[in-house]
Amino acid sequence: MIARLFNALGAPLLRLFQYLGELVLLAADTFRSIFTHKLRWKLFLNQIVEIGLLSQLVVVTTGAFTGAVFSAQTFFQFNKIGMGSATGAVVSVAICRELGPVLTALMVAGRVGAAMSAEIGTMKVTEQIDALRALAVYPIDYLVVPRALAMMVSMPLLVAECIAVGIAAGYFIAISLLEINGTYYMANMVRWTRNRDIIMGLSKAFCFGILIVFISCQKGLSAREGAVGVGRATTEAVVNASLAVLICNFFLTMLLNIIYPAGYQ
Amino acid sequence: MIETSPQMSATSLQDRDNGSMLVVRDLKKRIGAQEILCGVDLNVAHGETLAIIGRSGGGKSVLLKHLVGLMQPDAGEIWIEGQNITRLNERQLGAIRQKIGILFQGAALFDSMTVAENIAFPLREAGEREPKVLREKVREILDVVELEGQEEKMPVSLSGGMKKRVGLARSIIRRPKCVLYDEPTSGLDPVVSDSINRLIRRLQERFGMTSIVVTHDMKSAFDVADHIAYLHEGQIYFYGTPIQLQQTSDPILQDFLLGRSAEERGSKVES
Repeated sequence: MIARLFNALGAPLLRLFQYLGELVLLAADTFRSIFTHKLRWKLFLNQIVEIGLLSQLVVVTTGAFTGAVFSAQTFFQFNKIGMGSATGAVVSVAICRELGPVLTALMVAGRVGAAMSAEIGTMKVTEQIDALRALAVYPIDYLVVPRALAMMVSMPLLVAECIAVGIAAGYFIAISLLEINGTYYMANMVRWTRNRDIIMGLSKAFCFGILIVFISCQKGLSAREGAVGVGRATTEAVVNASLAVLICNFFLTMLLNIIYPAGYQ
Repeated sequence: MIETSPQMSATSLQDRDNGSMLVVRDLKKRIGAQEILCGVDLNVAHGETLAIIGRSGGGKSVLLKHLVGLMQPDAGEIWIEGQNITRLNERQLGAIRQKIGILFQGAALFDSMTVAENIAFPLREAGEREPKVLREKVREILDVVELEGQEEKMPVSLSGGMKKRVGLARSIIRRPKCVLYDEPTSGLDPVVSDSINRLIRRLQERFGMTSIVVTHDMKSAFDVADHIAYLHEGQIYFYGTPIQLQQTSDPILQDFLLGRSAEERGSKVES
């Protein structure tokens, strides 16, 4: 029975390890290139616009409505035990440590990860990547490095923006609709939110950005079989990046909580 | 009648190894279960135009991609100007690829760039930043490929023949020593095909470039080639001049030249 189990799991496990190996090799090649080759500034700035600037609306909307609804739900529960004014502290800490980075990463995986995978995948199946190689341009330097660096810069800024907008929206809902005392709300929020909560959120943002960019670029670079292949690569990039964000979030939370423990200490 | 058999051609190829632009030795490649190349031997002299012909799906494009290191062989060696490229990694191949231009079957233009940006791309990557110099060189090469005034067009608005010309302009702007053409006339009407053939000839005469043309268009092969190699079942079945090929009585080559399927040959024999 054990042999049959191994037989059944063998091929998918091998594929998984091969995929993880390809991701690690791509990341290693990219970091080597970042430190040893000249950056193409124009491509890097284009990607900053694509990833950072053009994601503003999505990130702000996500942050605002998440902050608002979380504030309302927290108040509904806490108010029953007379702790309505603690809403601000819960909303702030939760958005900084978890909701901000995770929701921003999921939105960026959907918007930017899909675009990266589709663009690189189309270049692959139309021989444009072979053309780059034939013109003595290493595709990692030209396609992956500017995207990876732009993602590493943009993601923490996008998460910071999401956190700020989320907290502001939560405050606005608490004061205007839920009629919580603004002074108590603010005092509790400032008292319970520490720098380490913000650092934890931004650290997660950096890690999620790296995950999204390598998963999306790897899927694009390995696309095959024409339009169907590009479509499949794009879907897999978004699904894999989203799953990777959610799974890694758990491990990052456990790890970072040792360095930046939660609570008032 | 003069005809070069595979055995004779292998001997004559060995005699010409010294001073060659490109030498291929016993090249083998398997993709999945299919053996695409089963020991290809080839030798291309400086300034020569070689046409590699063969049936569709016979491995011509796979062979061409090996010549510039875009694919890695399972066995065998490729030498370019005395350097074995089969052991080189992607970054080391960069220096070799500067000696070789390639025109892809679909032209492979960068669809986010204009014609001028596509053509100037290799120069920019080589460090040329001066807009005036880039403009001048692009204009000059567009004259060569007879596409004057098309600088600002996007690839999507070009016809098939124009795309191939732009692709060719991009591949020769750094004056490589050798140009590889992957089906340069496929999908083009006879008039445009003829103009592409003339362009290949003109480039060879004007710049002395070595050319390797992969095609199954026999008119194109006869128009441009100094020598023709016929790839059959993963090996070079015939190597010789266009005249030698025209005069051959080999049934396999005859079938290919006359565009005759095995069924048609069988029915003729019966009748």
